[in-house]
Amino acid sequence: MTEGAHPTHKVYYLVFLALVIGTVLTWRIAFVDLTFFGISFNPEVAVLIACTKATLVILFFMHVRYSSKLTMLTVAAGFFWLLIMISLDLCDYLTRGAVKPL
Amino acid sequence: MAQQKEASTFGMWVFLVTEIMMFGGVFVAYMIYRLKYYEGFVAGSTSIDVTWGFINTLVLICSSLTMALAVSAAQRGVVRLQKIFIIFTMALGLVFLVIKGIEYHQKWVEHHVPGGTWQTFDPQDIHQDLIKEGKTPQAATEIAHQTEIFFCFYFAMTGLHALHMIIGLILMTWLLLRVSRREFGPDYYTPVELGGLYWHFVDIVWIYLFPLLYLINRTHGKI
Repeated sequence: MTEGAHPTHKVYYLVFLALVIGTVLTWRIAFVDLTFFGISFNPEVAVLIACTKATLVILFFMHVRYSSKLTMLTVAAGFFWLLIMISLDLCDYLTRGAVKPL
Repeated sequence: MAQQKEASTFGMWVFLVTEIMMFGGVFVAYMIYRLKYYEGFVAGSTSIDVTWGFINTLVLICSSLTMALAVSAAQRGVVRLQKIFIIFTMALGLVFLVIKGIEYHQKWVEHHVPGGTWQTFDPQDIHQDLIKEGKTPQAATEIAHQTEIFFCFYFAMTGLHALHMIIGLILMTWLLLRVSRREFGPDYYTPVELGGLYWHFVDIVWIYLFPLLYLINRTHGKI
Protein backbone atom coordinates (compact mmCIF):
# COMPACT_ATOMS: atom_id res chain seq x y z
CA MET A 1 0.00 0.00 0.00
CA THR A 2 1.51 3.29 -1.06
CA GLU A 3 0.43 6.35 0.87
CA GLY A 4 -1.62 8.88 -1.08
CA ALA A 5 -2.53 6.28 -3.70
CA HIS A 6 -6.05 6.42 -5.06
CA PRO A 7 -8.45 3.60 -5.87
CA THR A 8 -9.16 2.67 -9.47
CA HIS A 9 -12.30 3.94 -11.21
CA LYS A 10 -13.73 0.43 -11.02
CA VAL A 11 -13.70 0.74 -7.20
CA TYR A 12 -15.48 4.12 -7.42
CA TYR A 13 -18.24 2.70 -9.63
CA LEU A 14 -18.66 -0.36 -7.37
CA VAL A 15 -18.94 1.86 -4.27
CA PHE A 16 -21.43 4.07 -6.13
CA LEU A 17 -23.50 0.99 -7.00
CA ALA A 18 -23.43 -0.19 -3.37
CA LEU A 19 -24.58 3.27 -2.21
CA VAL A 20 -27.52 3.27 -4.66
CA ILE A 21 -28.51 -0.25 -3.56
CA GLY A 22 -28.28 0.84 0.10
CA THR A 23 -30.49 3.88 -0.59
CA VAL A 24 -33.18 1.80 -2.32
CA LEU A 25 -32.96 -0.82 0.44
CA THR A 26 -33.34 1.70 3.29
CA TRP A 27 -36.31 3.28 1.48
CA ARG A 28 -38.13 -0.02 0.82
CA ILE A 29 -37.45 -1.55 4.24
CA ALA A 30 -38.77 1.55 6.05
CA PHE A 31 -42.31 0.52 5.04
CA VAL A 32 -41.91 -3.06 6.31
CA ASP A 33 -42.90 -3.50 9.95
CA LEU A 34 -39.86 -5.04 11.66
CA THR A 35 -41.43 -5.53 15.08
CA PHE A 36 -39.99 -8.47 17.02
CA PHE A 37 -40.65 -9.21 20.71
CA GLY A 38 -42.81 -6.07 20.83
CA ILE A 39 -39.92 -3.80 19.78
CA SER A 40 -39.73 -2.10 16.37
CA PHE A 41 -36.28 -2.54 14.87
CA ASN A 42 -36.92 -0.15 11.97
CA PRO A 43 -34.75 2.69 13.37
CA GLU A 44 -31.90 0.29 14.15
CA VAL A 45 -31.93 -1.19 10.64
CA ALA A 46 -32.11 2.30 9.07
CA VAL A 47 -29.13 3.53 11.12
CA LEU A 48 -27.20 0.32 10.36
CA ILE A 49 -27.66 0.81 6.60
CA ALA A 50 -26.70 4.51 6.96
CA CYS A 51 -23.53 3.56 8.88
CA THR A 52 -22.58 1.03 6.18
CA LYS A 53 -23.05 3.66 3.46
CA ALA A 54 -21.09 6.27 5.44
CA THR A 55 -18.24 3.78 5.99
CA LEU A 56 -18.05 3.09 2.25
CA VAL A 57 -17.89 6.83 1.47
CA ILE A 58 -15.21 7.44 4.12
CA LEU A 59 -13.02 4.48 3.16
CA PHE A 60 -13.12 4.82 -0.62
CA PHE A 61 -14.44 8.22 -1.77
CA MET A 62 -12.55 10.01 1.02
CA HIS A 63 -9.49 7.75 0.48
CA VAL A 64 -9.08 6.88 4.17
CA ARG A 65 -8.46 3.26 3.16
CA TYR A 66 -5.42 4.52 1.21
CA SER A 67 -4.26 7.16 3.71
CA SER A 68 -1.60 7.27 6.37
CA LYS A 69 -2.10 5.78 9.84
CA LEU A 70 -2.31 9.32 11.28
CA THR A 71 -5.34 10.11 9.09
CA MET A 72 -7.00 6.79 9.94
CA LEU A 73 -6.46 7.43 13.65
CA THR A 74 -7.89 10.97 13.39
CA VAL A 75 -11.04 9.71 11.69
CA ALA A 76 -11.45 6.82 14.13
CA ALA A 77 -10.91 9.13 17.12
CA GLY A 78 -13.55 11.53 15.78
CA PHE A 79 -16.20 8.85 15.52
CA PHE A 80 -15.16 7.34 18.87
CA TRP A 81 -15.71 10.74 20.51
CA LEU A 82 -19.10 10.99 18.80
CA LEU A 83 -20.04 7.60 20.29
CA ILE A 84 -18.96 8.80 23.75
CA MET A 85 -21.17 11.87 23.36
CA ILE A 86 -24.20 9.84 22.23
CA SER A 87 -23.85 7.10 24.86
CA LEU A 88 -23.20 9.40 27.83
CA ASP A 89 -26.04 11.76 26.85
CA LEU A 90 -28.45 8.83 26.54
CA CYS A 91 -27.21 7.37 29.84
CA ASP A 92 -28.31 10.63 31.41
CA TYR A 93 -31.66 11.17 29.69
CA LEU A 94 -32.84 7.53 29.61
CA THR A 95 -32.25 6.99 33.34
CA ARG A 96 -33.74 10.23 34.65
CA GLY A 97 -36.31 9.47 37.32
CA ALA A 98 -35.14 5.86 37.51
CA VAL A 99 -33.18 6.50 40.69
CA LYS A 100 -35.03 7.93 43.66
CA PRO A 101 -33.20 10.82 45.34
CA LEU A 102 -32.07 10.17 48.91
CA MET B 1 5.43 18.16 -0.98
CA ALA B 2 4.23 14.81 0.34
CA GLN B 3 4.65 16.06 3.89
CA GLN B 4 2.69 19.23 3.10
CA LYS B 5 -0.14 17.20 1.60
CA GLU B 6 -0.14 14.93 4.65
CA ALA B 7 -0.34 17.95 6.98
CA SER B 8 -3.17 19.50 4.94
CA THR B 9 -5.16 16.25 4.92
CA PHE B 10 -4.68 15.92 8.69
CA GLY B 11 -5.84 19.51 9.22
CA MET B 12 -8.90 19.01 7.02
CA TRP B 13 -9.86 15.88 8.95
CA VAL B 14 -9.49 17.66 12.29
CA PHE B 15 -11.87 20.32 10.94
CA LEU B 16 -14.27 17.63 9.71
CA VAL B 17 -14.20 15.99 13.16
CA THR B 18 -15.40 19.29 14.68
CA GLU B 19 -18.16 19.28 12.06
CA ILE B 20 -19.06 15.69 13.03
CA MET B 21 -19.36 16.82 16.65
CA MET B 22 -21.56 19.79 15.68
CA PHE B 23 -23.97 17.70 13.58
CA GLY B 24 -23.68 14.91 16.18
CA GLY B 25 -24.94 17.27 18.88
CA VAL B 26 -28.04 18.07 16.83
CA PHE B 27 -28.59 14.35 16.13
CA VAL B 28 -28.41 13.53 19.86
CA ALA B 29 -30.91 16.32 20.62
CA TYR B 30 -33.16 14.87 17.88
CA MET B 31 -32.97 11.38 19.44
CA ILE B 32 -33.81 12.65 22.94
CA TYR B 33 -36.76 14.77 21.79
CA ARG B 34 -38.04 11.90 19.66
CA LEU B 35 -38.20 9.75 22.80
CA LYS B 36 -39.93 12.54 24.71
CA TYR B 37 -42.52 13.53 22.07
CA TYR B 38 -42.74 10.22 20.22
CA GLU B 39 -46.27 10.57 18.84
CA GLY B 40 -45.62 14.12 17.64
CA PHE B 41 -42.44 12.98 15.85
CA VAL B 42 -44.27 10.06 14.19
CA ALA B 43 -47.10 12.34 13.02
CA GLY B 44 -44.68 15.03 11.76
CA SER B 45 -42.28 12.61 10.08
CA THR B 46 -44.98 10.61 8.28
CA SER B 47 -46.45 13.83 6.85
CA ILE B 48 -43.28 14.39 4.79
CA ASP B 49 -43.17 13.19 1.17
CA VAL B 50 -40.52 10.43 0.96
CA THR B 51 -40.11 10.68 -2.83
CA TRP B 52 -38.28 14.02 -2.82
CA GLY B 53 -35.98 12.88 -0.02
CA PHE B 54 -35.23 9.65 -1.89
CA ILE B 55 -34.45 11.49 -5.15
CA ASN B 56 -32.25 13.95 -3.26
CA THR B 57 -30.28 11.08 -1.69
CA LEU B 58 -29.58 9.66 -5.15
CA VAL B 59 -28.63 13.13 -6.45
CA LEU B 60 -26.09 13.57 -3.63
CA ILE B 61 -24.62 10.09 -4.13
CA CYS B 62 -24.18 10.86 -7.85
CA SER B 63 -22.48 14.17 -6.95
CA SER B 64 -20.12 12.28 -4.62
CA LEU B 65 -19.16 9.97 -7.49
CA THR B 66 -18.47 12.90 -9.86
CA MET B 67 -16.45 14.61 -7.10
CA ALA B 68 -14.35 11.47 -6.58
CA LEU B 69 -13.78 11.33 -10.36
CA ALA B 70 -12.82 15.05 -10.36
CA VAL B 71 -10.16 14.38 -7.71
CA SER B 72 -8.92 11.45 -9.77
CA ALA B 73 -8.75 13.67 -12.87
CA ALA B 74 -6.82 16.29 -10.90
CA GLN B 75 -4.37 13.64 -9.75
CA ARG B 76 -3.79 12.60 -13.35
CA GLY B 77 -3.64 16.26 -14.43
CA VAL B 78 -6.41 16.06 -17.04
CA VAL B 79 -7.76 19.63 -17.06
CA ARG B 80 -10.81 18.97 -19.28
CA LEU B 81 -12.09 16.11 -17.11
CA GLN B 82 -11.50 18.11 -13.92
CA LYS B 83 -13.66 20.92 -15.29
CA ILE B 84 -16.40 18.58 -16.51
CA PHE B 85 -16.63 16.63 -13.26
CA ILE B 86 -16.54 19.73 -11.04
CA ILE B 87 -19.32 21.30 -13.15
CA PHE B 88 -21.32 18.04 -12.89
CA THR B 89 -20.84 18.07 -9.11
CA MET B 90 -21.99 21.68 -8.89
CA ALA B 91 -25.01 21.01 -11.12
CA LEU B 92 -26.08 18.07 -8.96
CA GLY B 93 -25.57 20.20 -5.83
CA LEU B 94 -27.85 22.84 -7.35
CA VAL B 95 -30.46 20.19 -8.23
CA PHE B 96 -30.35 19.11 -4.59
CA LEU B 97 -30.93 22.68 -3.35
CA VAL B 98 -33.77 23.26 -5.85
CA ILE B 99 -35.54 20.07 -4.67
CA LYS B 100 -34.96 21.17 -1.07
CA GLY B 101 -36.57 24.50 -2.00
CA ILE B 102 -39.61 22.69 -3.47
CA GLU B 103 -39.92 20.73 -0.22
CA TYR B 104 -39.64 23.90 1.90
CA HIS B 105 -42.30 25.53 -0.26
CA GLN B 106 -44.63 22.55 0.31
CA LYS B 107 -44.10 22.91 4.06
CA TRP B 108 -44.95 26.61 3.82
CA VAL B 109 -48.16 25.89 1.86
CA GLU B 110 -49.19 23.21 4.38
CA HIS B 111 -48.48 25.57 7.33
CA HIS B 112 -45.81 23.22 8.68
CA VAL B 113 -43.20 25.95 9.24
CA PRO B 114 -42.68 26.60 12.96
CA GLY B 115 -42.98 30.32 13.50
CA GLY B 116 -43.69 31.09 17.14
CA THR B 117 -45.39 34.47 17.41
CA TRP B 118 -45.84 34.79 13.63
CA GLN B 119 -48.32 31.90 13.88
CA THR B 120 -47.23 30.29 10.63
CA PHE B 121 -47.69 26.87 12.22
CA ASP B 122 -51.17 25.40 11.78
CA PRO B 123 -51.00 21.72 10.72
CA GLN B 124 -54.69 21.16 9.90
CA ASP B 125 -53.89 18.19 7.62
CA ILE B 126 -51.95 16.36 10.35
CA HIS B 127 -54.83 16.99 12.76
CA GLN B 128 -57.33 15.48 10.32
CA ASP B 129 -55.09 12.46 9.64
CA LEU B 130 -54.85 11.79 13.38
CA ILE B 131 -58.66 11.92 13.73
CA LYS B 132 -58.94 9.47 10.79
CA GLU B 133 -56.54 7.13 12.64
CA GLY B 134 -59.04 7.06 15.51
CA LYS B 135 -57.52 9.60 17.92
CA THR B 136 -59.93 11.69 20.01
CA PRO B 137 -60.14 15.36 18.93
CA GLN B 138 -58.41 16.33 22.16
CA ALA B 139 -55.49 13.92 21.64
CA ALA B 140 -55.24 14.92 17.96
CA THR B 141 -54.94 18.60 18.90
CA GLU B 142 -52.26 17.75 21.48
CA ILE B 143 -50.19 15.60 19.05
CA ALA B 144 -50.59 18.05 16.14
CA HIS B 145 -49.29 20.75 18.48
CA GLN B 146 -46.29 18.54 19.36
CA THR B 147 -45.30 18.15 15.70
CA GLU B 148 -44.00 21.74 15.85
CA ILE B 149 -40.93 20.50 17.75
CA PHE B 150 -40.35 17.89 15.02
CA PHE B 151 -40.52 20.56 12.32
CA CYS B 152 -38.12 22.77 14.33
CA PHE B 153 -35.61 19.92 14.11
CA TYR B 154 -36.47 19.27 10.45
CA PHE B 155 -35.72 22.85 9.45
CA ALA B 156 -32.69 23.24 11.74
CA MET B 157 -31.05 20.04 10.48
CA THR B 158 -31.86 20.32 6.77
CA GLY B 159 -31.14 24.07 6.93
CA LEU B 160 -27.70 23.54 8.48
CA HIS B 161 -27.04 20.87 5.85
CA ALA B 162 -28.23 23.17 3.02
CA LEU B 163 -25.90 25.90 4.35
CA HIS B 164 -23.03 23.41 4.05
CA MET B 165 -24.11 22.64 0.49
CA ILE B 166 -24.01 26.35 -0.38
CA ILE B 167 -20.51 26.66 1.15
CA GLY B 168 -19.55 23.56 -0.86
CA LEU B 169 -20.80 25.20 -4.06
CA ILE B 170 -18.71 28.32 -3.31
CA LEU B 171 -15.66 26.06 -2.77
CA MET B 172 -16.36 24.31 -6.10
CA THR B 173 -16.56 27.68 -7.91
CA TRP B 174 -13.17 28.59 -6.46
CA LEU B 175 -11.73 25.19 -7.48
CA LEU B 176 -13.14 25.60 -11.00
CA LEU B 177 -11.37 28.96 -11.27
CA ARG B 178 -8.06 27.42 -10.21
CA VAL B 179 -8.55 24.42 -12.51
CA SER B 180 -9.06 26.73 -15.49
CA ARG B 181 -5.72 28.39 -14.58
CA ARG B 182 -4.24 24.88 -14.90
CA GLU B 183 -2.88 24.94 -11.35
CA PHE B 184 -3.37 21.27 -10.56
CA GLY B 185 -1.52 18.18 -11.70
CA PRO B 186 0.04 14.99 -10.37
CA ASP B 187 2.47 17.02 -8.21
CA TYR B 188 -0.06 19.34 -6.59
CA TYR B 189 -3.80 18.82 -6.30
CA THR B 190 -4.34 19.17 -2.52
CA PRO B 191 -7.16 21.80 -2.80
CA VAL B 192 -9.22 19.50 -5.05
CA GLU B 193 -8.59 16.58 -2.71
CA LEU B 194 -9.65 18.61 0.38
CA GLY B 195 -12.65 20.15 -1.41
CA GLY B 196 -13.63 16.56 -2.22
CA LEU B 197 -13.34 15.58 1.46
CA TYR B 198 -15.69 18.42 2.39
CA TRP B 199 -18.20 17.49 -0.32
CA HIS B 200 -18.23 13.81 0.70
CA PHE B 201 -18.69 14.83 4.34
CA VAL B 202 -21.81 16.83 3.45
CA ASP B 203 -23.04 13.75 1.55
CA ILE B 204 -22.51 11.59 4.67
CA VAL B 205 -24.58 13.99 6.80
CA TRP B 206 -27.46 13.59 4.32
CA ILE B 207 -27.03 9.79 4.38
CA TYR B 208 -28.01 10.01 8.07
CA LEU B 209 -30.59 12.81 7.73
CA PHE B 210 -32.65 10.96 5.11
CA PRO B 211 -33.55 7.89 7.22
CA LEU B 212 -33.81 9.81 10.51
CA LEU B 213 -36.16 12.53 9.25
CA TYR B 214 -38.07 10.74 6.49
CA LEU B 215 -38.07 7.02 7.18
CA ILE B 216 -37.76 5.64 10.71
CA ASN B 217 -41.33 6.41 11.80
CA ARG B 218 -43.18 4.96 8.83
CA THR B 219 -44.40 1.76 10.51
CA HIS B 220 -45.70 3.47 13.69
CA GLY B 221 -43.95 0.87 15.85
CA LYS B 222 -43.20 1.26 19.53
CA ILE B 223 -39.89 2.86 20.45
